[in-house]
Amino acid sequence: MTIGLYHYIALAVILFAIGFLGVLLRKNTLVIYMCLELMLVAATLALVAFSRYNGAIEGNVFVFFILTVAAAEVAVGLAIVVALFRKRGTVDVAKLNALKN
Amino acid sequence: MSETIFYIFAFIVAASALGVVANHNAVASALSFFVCLCGISVLFAMLDAYLLAFLLILVYAGAVVALFLFIIMLLDMHGGDRPPFGKMTIVSGVIAGTLLVLGVVTFLARGQFSTDALALARQAPSLFTDLKFYGVKLFTSYMLPVQLVGFLLLTGMLGVIVISKKQDEEGKKAEGLKD
Repeated sequence: MTIGLYHYIALAVILFAIGFLGVLLRKNTLVIYMCLELMLVAATLALVAFSRYNGAIEGNVFVFFILTVAAAEVAVGLAIVVALFRKRGTVDVAKLNALKN
Repeated sequence: MSETIFYIFAFIVAASALGVVANHNAVASALSFFVCLCGISVLFAMLDAYLLAFLLILVYAGAVVALFLFIIMLLDMHGGDRPPFGKMTIVSGVIAGTLLVLGVVTFLARGQFSTDALALARQAPSLFTDLKFYGVKLFTSYMLPVQLVGFLLLTGMLGVIVISKKQDEEGKKAEGLKD
């Protein structure tokens, strides 16, 4: 059986679910951030696969933009994490409960 | 042959993604993320998106993972040691993940993909391995998004500068109060 679109989509969905699981399970802000990036990469994999199997380049061009936005997002997000660490001395989301109640 | 390569790299990607979630050490998570990105870039190359494979290595594996490792070092948490997951957390997380997968699977199962057409399209060699197509698309149809993304990068850069600078000023004020 040759590798079809479904194989790539299945892998992208599994990757996305693993990233989602990580966001739900982990307490470390940095690892949560990595899992968010994992979900973004899963979406790009689905886009590239759709693009290849439809014979259109649009999906690949979208991946370009996703990569750029992800780079900007990582820069800002990590700056926020560092600012948070300076202010509160921890990056554990279980301890960052100032807004609770 | 290409099936074997796909399955090997799909396994590597999924296993290292699980490694990102399950590792006790944040540095190990970042390195698993790196392995995962390398696997995905191989899959991109198998989909004839050579430029994107290269860019993924360059931007993600080169810049983003390095930035993560740098921040882990900067925060000086020695990678951290995660507490074991609670039972309820695991159960609810797995249920949520399964629901997500099931949702997409039903969506795909009900979709109207013509598998024959897809197979035919795959047989044809990709037209878009040439860089020229990306350039033409980016500078004709997608000119406005390119400019917007440039503006977004500028905004992001200013935001990062403002966030770090504000902290410095507050630090100085705090020191001044101490004096």
